[in-house]
Parts: sequence; structure tokens; C-alpha cells
Amino acid sequence: MELAGEALSWRHHGPALEVSLHRGPTNEIGTAMLRELEALVRYVDSGAGGARALILHSTLASGFCAGADLRELHEGIAERSERRRSQVGRISRRLPSPLRALTERGAKRVGKALVKREIGQFIDRVHSTFNALDEAPLVTIAAVHGPVFGGGFELALTADLIIAEKSARFCFPELRLGIIPGFGGIPRLERELGNALTRDLLLTGRSLGARRAAELGLVAQVVPRDGGLKSARRVAEQAARFDADTVGRAKRFLKKTPRARIAAEKKLFLEMVVEDRVADALGDFVSRTDVRPYLP
Amino acid sequence: MNEVLTRLQTLAAKRFGDKALTLDANADFFEALGIDSLQALDLLTDLEEAFDIEVPDYELADVTTFGGLAEVLEARL
Repeated sequence: MELAGEALSWRHHGPALEVSLHRGPTNEIGTAMLRELEALVRYVDSGAGGARALILHSTLASGFCAGADLRELHEGIAERSERRRSQVGRISRRLPSPLRALTERGAKRVGKALVKREIGQFIDRVHSTFNALDEAPLVTIAAVHGPVFGGGFELALTADLIIAEKSARFCFPELRLGIIPGFGGIPRLERELGNALTRDLLLTGRSLGARRAAELGLVAQVVPRDGGLKSARRVAEQAARFDADTVGRAKRFLKKTPRARIAAEKKLFLEMVVEDRVADALGDFVSRTDVRPYLP
Repeated sequence: MNEVLTRLQTLAAKRFGDKALTLDANADFFEALGIDSLQALDLLTDLEEAFDIEVPDYELADVTTFGGLAEVLEARL
């Protein structure tokens, strides 16, 4: 089976199922991308047409993935807040002024609770998808280049191996927006690298080049520009030589999904994401027209 | 410093064209070369590889000139 979707496509190539991300500008993860990743997970659950490996890569020159779709997140929060404000406005106009103020404060709290619930539902779907990719019985390879930022970094961290072209840079810029990563990135980075470097990357928001990421054990191979997919195919061919059941059991032994930490991350993320300063920071980010939005 | 500056301008020229070679050390390279922050990160990757160093990108937060960039690199060599 092949899929040509809006945000991603997949096809079989040798023993591998190749998943190409291709939603501009840089494969931001919003509802369209998530919907198709969920379809991918269903296909993998059904046996992935006999594929033995899964390669995740981007066909866009701009990079692997720049993270969550902040524009969609910002517009979602703004639209819900506006809808709530207008509903409350209609009611409170008929009330005496002391009651009006109380109503408006209460409505703001209710509005935030609704936004929190909706974002929570989205995060649950992301976690379910990312956990399924993390635990897929196939050998999973992320072949990355350019920005591997935020949610894109979190997606790459679900793979068994990361093959990075020299241009790849890994970064968690979320603290600039007043939030933390929410797609399971912190627990998975801790799993791969340990807490000290995770703190460095998270608390400074700096990016890590491919070569340094390989020295630290995050990246399995560093390859020349445009060499990621080719190298990933070689890995897939090699891994397919081994018995599928043996590979699956080895993987289950080697790679545990840090579920409790992921749940704790979600709780903290949801507390933060409904704060007013996050809405302001998102608004600033999506309206920026300068050339330096990706520098700290 | 001059040697570092020359090397970095040569690397920038490979990526952004020969105009980088003639750019004044105090000129704003974002503006002069018309590059954005993602392209600046590409240049950072080239520099890290060529100079065999690691430069956290927050060091570059206020750097807009090749002279400033050469100073950041010098401090890491």
C-alpha cells in the first residue's frame, strides 16, 4: 500500500517503508500532519505490508521538521478565546456591573479550561502516535537534515536510529515561548542522553550540530548532505537480514517508552500553555517578519 | 583575528556567494547577503566543522557582522 497525503506520503522501497514528510514550510506538526501520522501508525499496526524497517525523512530542502505548527496553535487559542469573549459579552451586557466583572473573570477561567482540554486531547493523540512509533516492531530510522527543532526533534527521538546529514541541527526552542516540549521530547532525550545535556539544551534553547550530536550518542551516523536517505536504506537492508521476531524482542529489551515521565511532561506543558504570556509569545512569533526567528 | 576573519569569509562565500569576500567586517551580513536565521545556522554548522569547535548559537544572538563572528570564534579556539 502507498499513500500520497497532504503532509506525508509513504511507499515501499526494498525492505523499508519510506515515509516522506513534505508539508511546507518545514513539516510543522499540526492537525494535518498528525492525522496522517495516525494513519501511518494504523498501517504499521496492520503489518506495514511486510516491511521490516521504517524510514522517516523529509523531501523539503528547508529541513526535517521545525516543530509543532505554532500558527495553528496560536490561531486555535485566539479563536477560542474570542468566541468565549463574545458569548460572555452578550450575557454580561445585561448584568449589573459588579456581576459583570465576576462573570467575565469566571468566563476567562472557563475559556482557559476549554483550551487546556482541547490542547490536552491533541497532545494525547500525539503521545499515542509517537509511543506507537517508538514501540513499532520494525527498525525505525529518522534520516534528518537541516532544522530538527521542537516537535521535529521529538519525532526524531521516537526512532531507533537517527542518521543525520551534516546540515542537521537539533534544538528545543520551547522555553522562548514560555512552554516546555509537550510531545514526549524531554523524557526521550533523557533516555538517550541523560539529564545534564538535556538541561543544557532545554534551558539554553541552543542547537546541537550533527557531528556533536553523534559524539554524544544521539545520532548513529553523520553522512554528507543529501546522503541521509541512501544511508538509511543501507541500514534498513542490513537490519532486514535478521529474524524479525529477534529484532522485535531485542528492541523491546533495549528501548523502553518513558510513559510516566511523558505523562508528567504533559501535565506541566498543559499548565504552562494556557498562560497569557504564552498566547502573547505565540502571537509575537507568528507575526514576526524579521529574518532571525530561529536564533535565540 | 585576521586569519579567522578570512577563513570565515571564505566559508561564507562558498555558501552565499563571492559578495561575502568583499563585505566589510562591520557590515550587517544578514542584510548585505540577504540571509535568514536558518541559513545563519547552516553557516554555523560549516564554521563548527571547519574550525573543529562547538559554538552554542546563543553566542550569536547579537552577532550581525563578520567581525563580531570572528571574535566569537576566536574565543572558542
